[in-house]
This record gives sequence, C-alpha cells and structure tokens, in this order.
Amino acid sequence: MFDFKVVTDWIDTLLRVQLGLPNFWTLAIEFILVGVAFLAAYAVLALILIYVERKICAFFQCRIGPNRVGKWGILQSIADMIKILLKEIISIDRSDKVLFVLAPFFVIMGSILTFAALPFGKGLHAIDFNIGVFYLIAVSSLGIIGILLAGWSSNNKYTLIGAMRSGAQLVSYELSAALALMTVVVFAGTMQLSQIVEKQAEVWNIFNGIAAIPAFIAFVIYLIAGHAETNRGPFDLPEAESELTAGYHTEYSGITFGFYYLAEYMNMFIVAAIATTVFLGGWQPLHISGWEGFNQVMDYIPSVVWFFGKTAVCIFFALWVRWTFPRLRIDQLLKFEWKILMPISLINLLLMALVVTLL
Amino acid sequence: MNEAFLLVAIVTAIVLVVAAYLIAKLVAPHSFNSQKGEPYECGIPTRGNSWLPFKVGYYLFAILFLMFDVETVFLFPWAVVMRDLGTMGLITVTFFIVILALGLAYAWKKGALEWK
Repeated sequence: MFDFKVVTDWIDTLLRVQLGLPNFWTLAIEFILVGVAFLAAYAVLALILIYVERKICAFFQCRIGPNRVGKWGILQSIADMIKILLKEIISIDRSDKVLFVLAPFFVIMGSILTFAALPFGKGLHAIDFNIGVFYLIAVSSLGIIGILLAGWSSNNKYTLIGAMRSGAQLVSYELSAALALMTVVVFAGTMQLSQIVEKQAEVWNIFNGIAAIPAFIAFVIYLIAGHAETNRGPFDLPEAESELTAGYHTEYSGITFGFYYLAEYMNMFIVAAIATTVFLGGWQPLHISGWEGFNQVMDYIPSVVWFFGKTAVCIFFALWVRWTFPRLRIDQLLKFEWKILMPISLINLLLMALVVTLL
Repeated sequence: MNEAFLLVAIVTAIVLVVAAYLIAKLVAPHSFNSQKGEPYECGIPTRGNSWLPFKVGYYLFAILFLMFDVETVFLFPWAVVMRDLGTMGLITVTFFIVILALGLAYAWKKGALEWK
C-alpha cells in the first residue's frame, strides 16, 4: 500500500539537500505548504459537499437539482461562492460589533483544527497528538462558543433563541459523542488516532468479534450525537427556518454568512470522518481473515480511496436522515439525549470494559 | 512537530477568515440606507432589547453538562489504561459511574430534565 510518507520525505530532502536551504527556511516553506494544503482541502471539500448535498436532496424529493451551471450543474457551488463574495456585508446598528466580527473566527477555527487532525491516508497525517481523541472533542467544542457569540451579539430575538437552543443541544450531545468515542479508547488502549487506525489493520472495530456489539452501539450513538452536533438533520432546531427565519446567523450577510455555511458542511464531513477513523478502520482496507487473495486485492486500492469512500457512505447516511425525518421539538431533543442516549452510552461503556476485561 | 502544525492550523483558520473578509470588502458593493441597520425580525418594528435574562431551563442543562463533562475528563485516563488495570479497574470505575448515574437519577426525579 502506498505510504504518503514517501512524498513528504521527498519534499523534505528536495528542500534540504538538493536546494541546500537552511533549517529555518525549510521548515517555513514546509509549514506554508501544509497550511495551503489545509486551506485547499477544506475549501474544495466544502464545495463538493454543498453540490453533493443539493443534488442528493433533489433526488430524494424527485427533483433534478442544480443543472444549469456546467455539465450536470457541477460548477454550481463555485458560482454560489462567487455570488456570496459579491454580496454586501451589512453591519447591524445595535449589535455588539466586536463579538459580531469575532464569532466566525471561532466557528471556522473549531472546524479547521479538527480537520487538521484527521488521518486521511497512510502517512497523510498532520497533527497526531497522543491524546488525539481528547483533542478532537476539546477542539470541536470551540464552534459552540462561536455560535453563542453570533446569537448573542446580533441583538435579535431570533438569533438569541437559536443560539440558546444550539448551546443546550450541542453541549448535551457532546457528552454522548465523547462517551461513544471513549468506548473505542477502552478497546484500543490508546487515544492516538494513528494508533487507533493501526490497530484496525486486521478487522475494523465494528466487526471485531464480541467487542463488535458495544462498538456497534457506540457507532450508532456517535452518528446520532454527531448529527445533533452539526445542527443538521432532524436536529436543526437552532436554525429552524419556519420558526426562527435562519436562527443564530440571521443577521449575517454575504461572506460572513458563508463562513457558517462552510463550517456547517465541513462539520458534517468531520463527523463522518471521525466515525470512519474510530469505528470503520480509517484508511485501512477491508480484510477478511483467511481470505488471502481477497485481502491482497483490497490492499491494491489506495488508502485515501478507502478513507474517502467510507466517509462518503457516512455522509450519505447523514443526508438520508436529514431529508427523511421531520424536525424535533427542543424538549423532545433534550429528553432524548438525557433520558435515553446518555444512560445507554454509560451502560455501553461499562459493557465494553467488561468485554475487554474478559478477553 | 505536532504543536507546530497546531499553530499552522490556527494561522490557516485566521488567514481563511481574514482573506475572505478582505476580498468581500473589496468586491462587494456598499450603499447606505437607515433601514438596513435594523434587526431582521420579519418586517415588524423591533420592540425593546434582546439582551435579557433568558429561560432558566437552558442553564439547568448547562449545569448538568458541567457535571458529566468533568466526569468524562476523569474517565479518559482510565479508558487508556483499562487493559492494564484489569478486573480491579473495572470494579472501581463501575462504582464511579454508578454514583454519577445516581446524580443523573436525582436530577431526573427532581424534574430538572423536564421542559416546563
């Protein structure tokens, strides 16, 4: 299987040895390259996701979807991006100006920092802390601060209600998400994402013998909690169009609205990617023990294809849920988390601990 | 190296927002209208301020969240070394979780999870 470390090492030797640059400049150029790669991957993936969502949503509703800009409308999201840049940025009279400008920074930062820690393929991995899972949970909650700031600083009743709902919802579902991820940490015995992926080389976590039962329950809990954390699907109360016009980002216009739009789609990708990494084996190919030939064939498919393929399946599931179920009410939402999901995740954690002790 | 990449990611996020904002400032039109600055509340004139004391129900959940979030922080170190601790670790943590579950049950019984 192709290791992306070859590419990064090649760039390093190219800069250091063949161009003979001093250490400082080599590092500087490498960091700029990594930053540009983050930015490009982030923007391109968001554009693709927006197109895919609109197209799939259209098919669910028996429509054609975007089909005018480019063939099958594939340039639609680029046209939208240009359009959103050309819109006027309106500032509200009675808003808190500083917080109003600051809020998109938190939202974007929360999603880029999480995005940067994902293992996309073999050796294609920027941030790899030994507390990886903990880092993901910690950093992804930066977005909540951004949303609360946005709602509060706008000085508008709709945004305030949207932000409060969002705060309560995100904070509640974060617990279940953390406990679901912890279930796998108990099994893997490490929090480092690369190690967790490495340990799933033989079997993915959700197929792994008796441990598959708690792992699968945790996978389902994580998907539900992840949907709620991205404010999507049946959990889109913070921006319930029919009640709150647009929720916490009602007062944002032009590109400042675009930041929230971008972050929402990327958070969907990130949730799917974390689910893939932790439960579905990350970039590891599908292996069935005993089927030597089959395993060899699977190894020929590049790791990046595996990663994005599994993520795409999770994203499709998210879209399917979103366009199928009606929106919940805030009391139903919180009741569901605290009375059903939370006890199940606690019991599931103990079940996994029991399985690990008995094995 | 990880910390350096973390810094790179933070700078990337700031650059993305600032650059997009500056580009939009340059290319987007500007016009003044006194109506534009008003809060968007579906055409009805806004009454009063929005910075008010808010429904207490949300804060109850926030307090409950604090309790369980600290619990999660305590559980993570245990989760990593679970395999080495063996049966004793399982029993100890079961007590820990049961006490927390009692806390949840108490909040449930007191009606903190109801939406009134």
